[in-house]
Amino acid sequence: MVRLITHNLLACHVKGCTSNNFPLEFKDVQVVLRESEFNPDFLRGFIPKLEWTALVGAARQLGDTSLPDQPPEMLDDDFLKTLHHVLLEIHVEEGIMICPNCKHNYPISNGIPNMLLAEHEIG
Amino acid sequence: MIPTPDLSHLRPADYEHVYEPAEDTFILLDALEQEAEQLKSLNPQISLEIGPVHVRSQEIPPNVSARSGSGCVSSFLGHITGSSAARVFSVLPTIIFLPSTLKKSISVRISTPTLANVPSQRAAKIRHPVNASLAHPLLARLRKSVDIILFNPPYVPTVYDEASGAQEDRGIEGSWAGGQDGMQVTDKFFPQVAVILRRRAGGEHLSVLVFTRK
Repeated sequence: MVRLITHNLLACHVKGCTSNNFPLEFKDVQVVLRESEFNPDFLRGFIPKLEWTALVGAARQLGDTSLPDQPPEMLDDDFLKTLHHVLLEIHVEEGIMICPNCKHNYPISNGIPNMLLAEHEIG
Repeated sequence: MIPTPDLSHLRPADYEHVYEPAEDTFILLDALEQEAEQLKSLNPQISLEIGPVHVRSQEIPPNVSARSGSGCVSSFLGHITGSSAARVFSVLPTIIFLPSTLKKSISVRISTPTLANVPSQRAAKIRHPVNASLAHPLLARLRKSVDIILFNPPYVPTVYDEASGAQEDRGIEGSWAGGQDGMQVTDKFFPQVAVILRRRAGGEHLSVLVFTRK
């Protein structure tokens, strides 16, 4: 259940790791596709919250190259359906997310990202 | 009248580890129901539930599910807001609360009653669980972005060590042992609320229900 919408909201939070700590890089992932209900209004509202470049990069890491480098000005249904698929239907079930800065590994197990840190690692 | 979420997927044995919906849960549900219109009118895009998780690390061999809260409250909120025409409640990152004292060496598998068998498939679709200590990994990206925050923290006053120990052991005691004035965990979370709660032109609407037993 680590979907790219979730991935787009998670940053490394190890103490002192405050720059270049997003987006986390995927490694050794197992991906499952699951259909979910298409909701264009939700997607239109959510686009401003997305870090688009991070989303495109993450999708490409997972083998999906359907998104353009920049979001188009016209948010037609074809584009929104593509975005819906990338954001909500690609599930990373197992794997690791690695901080590009401090290289901390956050495991994904059974679809749940484990973002816990030891006490001395928390800022 | 909004029905209480069906929790029939929980087995009696689960309640040794899961915080069974109890009086405080139902007070929270009642409060949400009373504010249902306002919650809908917020047109929420991102809601956050900080939920308890209770994992007894010693008891859990690899590949066995750990347990979390029942997911009752966020399901209920989904019923309230999800019924609006826009169905904007597609994102409900559920932060499974784990305390900051945990050792990272414990890799926890959580395929909980909450996550695996939530009352409906629809509810399953709208939840985005993250295993974290409060909202730490989301603070950077969710600044002023969260419309609704739900948190039923451990609030029963206990001595400090009892609260810390309960969180560290990740026993079910962690769902209620609240330390000094019952506010030990809540006080840690308030600064995060200030960071992530969305500010609106009309001012934020902040409802805080506080239970204390002195």
